[in-house]
Parts: sequence; C-alpha cells; structure tokens
Amino acid sequence: MTWEPRPVPEVNPETERYWQAAASGDLLVRECPDCGLVYHYPRSLCPDCFSENVEWRETTGRGEVYSYSTARTMSGWPEDDLPLVVAYVELDEGPRLMTNVDADPEDVAVGTRVEVQFVDTEDEDVSIPVFAPVED
Amino acid sequence: MAGREPAYIAGAFEHPTREAPNKSTMQLHAEVAKGALADAGLTKDDVNGLFTAGVPEYRSGLSPLVIADYLGMDASYVDTTDYGGSSYVAHVGHAVSAIRNGKCDVALVTLAGRPRSRGQATGSGAREVRTVQDSFERIYGATNITMYGMAARRHMHEYGTTSEQLAEIRVAASQHAQHNEHAMFQDPVTVADVVESRVVADPLHLLDCCVISDGGGALVLVSEDVREDIDREAVEVLGHGEAPSHHDAGRIDVTRTGAESSGERAFAEAGLGPEDIDYASIYDSFTITVLEAIEDLGFCEKGEGGEFVEGGTLQAPDGDLPFNTDGGGLCSNHPANRGGMTKVIEAVRQLRGEANPEVQVDADVALAHGTGGSIATRHGAATVVLGREGR
Ligand SMILES: [Zn+2]
Repeated sequence: MTWEPRPVPEVNPETERYWQAAASGDLLVRECPDCGLVYHYPRSLCPDCFSENVEWRETTGRGEVYSYSTARTMSGWPEDDLPLVVAYVELDEGPRLMTNVDADPEDVAVGTRVEVQFVDTEDEDVSIPVFAPVED
Repeated sequence: MAGREPAYIAGAFEHPTREAPNKSTMQLHAEVAKGALADAGLTKDDVNGLFTAGVPEYRSGLSPLVIADYLGMDASYVDTTDYGGSSYVAHVGHAVSAIRNGKCDVALVTLAGRPRSRGQATGSGAREVRTVQDSFERIYGATNITMYGMAARRHMHEYGTTSEQLAEIRVAASQHAQHNEHAMFQDPVTVADVVESRVVADPLHLLDCCVISDGGGALVLVSEDVREDIDREAVEVLGHGEAPSHHDAGRIDVTRTGAESSGERAFAEAGLGPEDIDYASIYDSFTITVLEAIEDLGFCEKGEGGEFVEGGTLQAPDGDLPFNTDGGGLCSNHPANRGGMTKVIEAVRQLRGEANPEVQVDADVALAHGTGGSIATRHGAATVVLGREGR
C-alpha cells in the first residue's frame, strides 16, 4: 500500500501536535492525569471526566490487531494499492485506533503484533500513522 | 408505557418502487406521505407534527423546512433527529412524546431517497474528510462495509461465529422475499450461495450486504382522541428506547451495539421482555448487524447469535423469532440507504394481519429495531415495541 498522497486530515489547533508528531516519526495519545484515561483520538478535554489538564504522551508505536477487514475494491482508491486492510489496532498503551495494516491480508490476523510507520501527505507537516506486522 | 395516554400508529405506507429514475426525491416524500395519510383515513390538513431526516440526498439539518415547504404543511411541532437508518424508529418514539405532551395530535414521519437512480457507488467517498472523526477514520478508507467487516471479524474471533451462520440470516430474508412482489431480490438463496458470493469486505460477502434501492415510506401517529375518530385498525406504541453509541475514546467493542440500551429502555417502558415478542423487524444493513442486534436485544446470550439463527429460527411463519417478513433490507428495500422506516412498516403490517399471507405471523406484540451509522465507529440504536389493539 503505497498510495500517495493520502487524503489530508483536517488539522486544527486541537490536533495539530498529533499530526506534526507523526511527521517527525512519533505516535502520540492523550492522557488524563486526573482520572488516568489514556485516549484516542485527541481531544482537549478528557471525554471521561472533562478535565482540561490533559497531556500528550508518546507511545511505543506498538500494538496488536483488534480487528480488520480487507477491501478488494474501493472507489477512489488506486487499484494498485488494493486490497486495502482497514483495521483497529489496540496500542500497548490501551486505546484502539482505526488505521491500515500495510501487509498481505494473508499475513494479518486478530492479535497480529504490529508497529507504526508513517506515510506522507501533500502537507509536509502532516503524516499518517499506519501499521505493519512486526516480530516481537 | 403503562399509565400514560396511549398513542398509535394509524397509517403506514411503503413506496412500491425500488427504482425511480424519473422522479424526484421530494416527489417520493410526497407520495409516501399521501399514501400513509390515506391509509389512516386522514388528510394533509390534519397533520400538525412533522418528523423527517436526511432530506434530500444531502446531509441537512433543514429537512423539516424543505418538507413543510414542499408538502405545503403547517406544523406545531417538528423533529429532525438524524442518526442514519435508526432515525425513523426514533421518530416514532419522539412523535409519541410530542403527542402525549399535547404538542401535536397527528404526526407524519417520512423517508425517501434515490441512491440507486443516482448511481451511488457503495464505498465511495474514501477521501471525504468533513468531521473531526473523519480525520482519524476516512483517511484509512474506512467505509460502512469495511467497518461492518471489522465487526464481523471480531465477532467470529471472540465467539466462533461462522460465515455460514451469518448466511442463515440472508437465507431467511430471501425465503420471505419470494412472497413480496415488490422485493428487489425475490429468489430464495442457500447458505452456499451466500458464502460463495464475492467477498466485498472480508469476511463479508456480497450477499451479506443489503440492497441499494430507491423508494421510501411514511407513518402517521395519532393521539387517543384522533384514534377514536378514524375507522382503521391502529397499532399501539408500547415502548421506545434509543441510544447513540460511539468509539468510546478508544475502548470501542465492535461486537456490541447500542441495542443493549435501546432495547432495555423500550422493553422497560412497555413492561415486556424479549420473550413476549411474536415478530421482530431488525435492521439489516448487513447480516452481522442483525446478529449483533439479536444478542443485544436479549433474544439470546451474547456470543450465541450464530447458533440462535441456525435451523430456521428467523423464518416465518414457523420459526421461534420470525423476522423481516418483507425480505428486509437484505432482499427487498433499503430506501435512501436507511432501513429503519421499512422496519416499522412491516411490524405494523404484521400486527394488522396485512403481511404477505405466506409469512403472516399470529402476532400480538412486535418489535422494530434500527441501527444507523456504523457499529464499528458511531451508531444510533432505536427500538420500539408495538402492540395489536385489544390484544
Ligand atoms: Zn479524565
């Protein structure tokens, strides 16, 4: 899966740091010191306790496939980049995030260990985290 | 809704068309409104409550304005709650609340759309990024089909559910559709037909997916006073519940749906339970949508849906839980990509004894359940429990 450019996400003051960190090779999540929740996608208020005291936290970029589905066709997606594995990856830090797994679908299963990698967008300050299988 | 003023569904109409290349969406809204009012024995001028969503063919919170203008209707109450296909099941509950509170006494609910004639390709829009969530989902090619595929995959992983079990749901719907002259797909299919059909989004096959059709439907709800003035068998709304459900900050469980809450609320309001349901209309965007709803509504334990649907459980008239006797969204109709409306309409037909004779169930109490959006990200769940008058 080498589709470039990727769709560019909307970058706003709440999420800018997340996308920029991705452009420099880090996957961030949000953590709430008040209630302990580690969450994704980023929000400026903790969605559990509404604390505004939330912090960014670097992740190891590792996790496992929680679930996945393989699209054989998808309008708007280049034929060369199909099939496309759409997945939820459960990070070792806890949250499940939607992503792609860059692998032959035969090599993906629920529980497959994966590690983050980043693909570019048209905006050089913004990269997209995807995952690939990794030996543990 | 014991101890409260009764409210009724007095009119129901499903547009017979599945393909409407030469009509406008608004025209379909008008035709279903007229049909439902005629069914109730009421006129346009009787309507004072307007409930609709998703009009027309683009997302717009202005739906009631568009509808009221086009239909030339005055309204003392409007509601445009929109969470996709579950909206119209929710509207039934909202209309009952409005009627009980004296805000209106004849409520019209409409749905119409033309996705088939508009040549809408399923899975399109992979690059659209509009909401904050899109920035974290659509950029990955997440579509309804891949998301329901993820739900099915995880359900299989946790509970051992099989593709063959999911296929049983399509088989039952197709058995019913053969008796519906309006159904898009009227030929019965087998489990093998389903699992051998093309894989669309692993592990879902083409025949695990609902149809894309044009069409629409409408309902008319009335107060007790209006009920006494009309000469038509009506259906009492006994209970309603709804629940938006979401990604939960990264703790999403794609094997569970808002039906756990919406169903519990609807049953509590009705003072009934799953064991009291004689017929169930269950939203069927995909076979997995039905399986998870059956579990979450309490018809079986979590994880046992696969075994539950085996052996003809869902087939009318003899199965333990006859469902979607019109063929449902899987075989008959999925107007505007939103199936909640037709779920209520078929439940009304069953309670009035107006279902196709081959699939008519002896039903005193029916359930209609809608799931809108996507169960693997955000979805609306809405459930109503309906009763035959004088049951
Ligand atoms: Zn918190």
